[in-house]
Parts: sequence; C-alpha cells; structure tokens
Amino acid sequence: MTTAALPVQHAVEVHAVSRVFAGRKGASVTALDAVSLTVAPGEFVSLIGPSGCGKSTLLRLIADLDTPTDGSIEVFGKSARQARIDQDYGIAFQQAGLLPWRTVAGNIELPLELHGTGKAARRERATELIELVGLSDFAGHYPDQLSGGMQQRVAIARALAESPSLLLMDEPFGALDEMTRERMQNELVRICAETSAAVVFVTHSIPEAVFLSNRVVVMSPRPGRIRDVLSVNLGRMSDRGENLREDEDFFHSVSQVRELLHGATPAGARGVETR
Amino acid sequence: MTQAGSVSTAPARATTAPRGRSWLAQGMPRRILVGALGVLALALLWELYIFLGPADGVIVGGVTVLPRASEMAMPHLWVMLERVLEPVTGSSSAVPMWQAVLEAALFTLGIAAVGWLVGVTVGLALALLMQRFKLAESAILPWIILSQTVPLIALAPLVRRWGAQIEFGAFTWENWMSVALIASYLAFFPVSIGALKGLGSPDANHVDLMHCYAVGWWKTLWRLRLPASVGYLLPALRLAAASAVIGSVVAEVSIGLRGGIGRLIVEYAGAAGSDPGKPWAPIFGSVLVGLVAAGFVGLISLFLRRFRRGEVAA
Repeated sequence: MTTAALPVQHAVEVHAVSRVFAGRKGASVTALDAVSLTVAPGEFVSLIGPSGCGKSTLLRLIADLDTPTDGSIEVFGKSARQARIDQDYGIAFQQAGLLPWRTVAGNIELPLELHGTGKAARRERATELIELVGLSDFAGHYPDQLSGGMQQRVAIARALAESPSLLLMDEPFGALDEMTRERMQNELVRICAETSAAVVFVTHSIPEAVFLSNRVVVMSPRPGRIRDVLSVNLGRMSDRGENLREDEDFFHSVSQVRELLHGATPAGARGVETR
Repeated sequence: MTQAGSVSTAPARATTAPRGRSWLAQGMPRRILVGALGVLALALLWELYIFLGPADGVIVGGVTVLPRASEMAMPHLWVMLERVLEPVTGSSSAVPMWQAVLEAALFTLGIAAVGWLVGVTVGLALALLMQRFKLAESAILPWIILSQTVPLIALAPLVRRWGAQIEFGAFTWENWMSVALIASYLAFFPVSIGALKGLGSPDANHVDLMHCYAVGWWKTLWRLRLPASVGYLLPALRLAAASAVIGSVVAEVSIGLRGGIGRLIVEYAGAAGSDPGKPWAPIFGSVLVGLVAAGFVGLISLFLRRFRRGEVAA
C-alpha cells in the first residue's frame, strides 16, 4: 500500500477524527475516538455497530452536519465543508424526510430547484429518477399517499438528483419491514451499479451490511472506535441479486461480521477494548 | 327524538371522513347541515325559555339565576326580525333598520380588515425576527405576552391622544385609525405566537437537509419554514380576525367613533325599554361582521390546503 505515487483521490478520507460532546456538569461523551477510514471512489462501505458506537456521528461529520473535535475529514480532496457547499454528496436519512406539501416529482426536484436548475431540465431529471426507483405511476402523488418503502425510494431518488459521486445514507431502511427492506436493498444494489457512486451506509443490520457492501466497518461503542474492517468478496455490485442471500460466502461473511461485533474473537490485535 | 340522536353522531363521523379531494364533496354539505341545526337549536332554546320561563325570572335567595322571560327582556325572534325591516326611528326620513345596520357593519368590517392586515404584518415580522435571532426571541417574546395584559379600555384614550398629535403634510391622524390600531394590537398577538411556533416546526431532519443543500436562511425560510408554518398560521389568522373584529367594536365605543357597529350597539341599547327588538339588530350585525371575517380566513385556508398535508410516518 505504499505505492503512493499514484494520485488516487479518495472519495472520503477520515484521518484520526474524534468527536467529543460536552455534557452537563462537565461530563463529556466521546462519540468518536481517533477514527481513520478511507473510502475509494465507487466503493460501498457500511458502518455497523451497536447504538452509541458513533456510526451516525461519523456520517454526520462527513456530511458536515457536525464538525470534528479533532482530526480531519476530506471529501474528494476537499474539506467536508467545501464538499457540502459544492454538493459533492447526496444524503438520505432514516426518516424519508419528504416535504409533505410537495409531490413525489416536486420532492425529487427540490435540490435542483434550490440550486437553480432550469424547469425543463428539472422535469427531465425527475422523470428519469422516478423511473429509476420504480415509481413512474406515482409522480403526482403526495408523500402521505405513499407507503414507507415508497417514501424512502423517493428520498433516495432525491439524494441522487444531482448525480453525486458520493451517497451518504443513515439507516435509510431502518424503519421498513423486513420484506420491503430486502426489496429496497436489491434496488439499491442495482442503482449503485448504475450510478457508480461511492456509498457510506450506516446500518445496524448485519445481513444488510454484507449484502450491500464492498467493505464492512465494524465499530464498538464507548468510546466510538473502529474495531475492524472486513472486505466482503461477493463479486461486483451489478452481479449481486436475490440469490446471493442463499450463498455460502454470504453466510460466511455474515457470521464473520457477527463475531467481530460480539467480540467473539478476542484477536487482541487491536487491543482497544478496555472494559 | 330519533333526529336528535342522528345529530349528535354526525360531527364524529364528519371528522373521520377521508381527507384529500373527497373532503369537499362529502364533508361540506354535512358540515353546513350540522351548523344550521346548531343555530336552529339555539333559536328553539330561546323560544322555549320564553314559553316556559317565569315572567319574573327565577330568584334564589335574592339573586336572579335565570332571566325574566317577559316580552321586554326577551323579545320573540320574530319581533327581532320584524324590527329589522322597519325604519330606525319614527321620523319620515329614517332608513330601514337593516340598511343602517348593514352600513355600520361594513364600516366596522373595513376598520377591522385594516387592523387585521396591520396586525398580521407586524405579527409575522416579529415572528421572523425571533426565528432568525435567538436573542430577539428572548428579548421580545416576554413583551409580546405582556402586551396582551393591558386592558383595551386603558389603551383607547392613550392611542387617541397620541394620534391627535400626529400630523405631517396632508396627513392627519383620524379616529378610525386609532380604532384600527387597537384592533391590530389585539390581532398581532396570535399571529406572532402562532407563526413563531410554525416557523420552528420543521423536523431536525428537514433542517439538516437544507443545511446539506448549502442554502441560506432566506431560501430555507421560503422553501421549508413558511410552508411548514401554514398549519400553525391558519388558526392564528382566524384568531386574529376574531380579535380584530372584537377590538374594532370595543374600541369604537371607547374612542367614541361614530358610524360603526359598536356605536350602534350602545346607541340602540338605550331603546330596549320601549322597543325591545331594536338592540338586537346591531348585535346580529356584529355577528355578521365576525362571520365574514372568519369566512375570509376560511377562503385563505382553502388556497393553502396543499401545505396542510401531513406526512404519514414510514
């Protein structure tokens, strides 16, 4: 890995980042402690861990919704702040967060509208994306007329509106039922293959992380640290489908992540666990 | 009495009627019907009491707990209606009562509308200021709440006296402006409170999203905060309309402005002894003003219906 001569630009480069929340009465909470992580362009990286491990905090730091107490974050070689201003990423949260007074098309057009894209171009892009997420019959519907899964699809389409090279997703399927969830995962895999954007995906579901990712980042809480990073060798995005869920390698990776999460393999290598 | 039963269940069903486009088609006739039945019930109650109530009222231990049901104290509804069609006074030049009342009602409605407009503008401006600057909120909000504890009666002479000193160029302060100012003083309060709550109502999610889009306060205001505030703003506007009407009527009396419904109420009340139907005409006139004001706000909410959609939880 020392062939640094190549000017490979990382999609995300997190370097020794800490985030400490000051609590009341001087008690402070260390949400993240000296976390380092890089995400290559087009790579799908999942952050997984129990609640309180700082995975959402890390995502918010990358999105510049929060600033690190220590360390640095670069997105496509720029500061996180500049990347946000340049709209280098699209974002989706656990709650779809659609504006209830806008139609499906209107919601997807929102970022384009805010950034001054012309009306015709907006329409065209929205139609394209609505087709991509399979909601062609619902362009004129309002969010309250859609199911949770449909709302989330609109949110993903909205995140893709400006063709970002990086997608940040904070448990986007967390509130969906299992069946809808798997269908959405299949669609996300397809969409990622089509758009070739890098993805940072926060989840607390092991199969979800394994199914979607090139790499799974396993985190541990109090203080939030990266316990291990697991490469998932399940083939290219475009080849992943429903039958992958029955695959031997898939199960193997799932149990690997599970062991890492539960700390079944002490391994001692990192020795960061101080209980 | 089966009718009474069906009436009581009607509102419950009306509220569970499906939202969306079918709301107008289904809910409206029923709501009108229920409203009309309510008015009818009130009229029946009035007449029933005149019929059954003792002429000298019900007195318990020297205190009158129920009013006298005499013709003078409680005229029949048809007496009130007849009186409206007759001339105001016995003189030959007198106009019909309904015309005098209607003119006065229009006059008051105009003043209330000006007061409402000024009040809504000021209320919105204050809410925006408080939303934009946290410091402004802690500085202004207590004063806004305190402002409503000042009794209207105390305010009217002050406003009138100050107004009389205003004069520049061709502009001179007139008494109706004092009335409108007092109306606006009442109207701004619900708007500023409602708008402040509404502007602060978007989810953290939505605010984060706007931050991700790197848009400034004004764009966030226009695209997110204002649309989100509509649900809070409409009841505030309705309250403001009611306050503006009440403020106008009361301020007309305490400032002594002629031509409005407030003055008419006081004037005609004196005739109650000999002409029991007369005081009721301007009272109905003021009810009419209130209804028109409420209807106007209803019209606004009809146009803003789109912004009152709720997002069903995923």
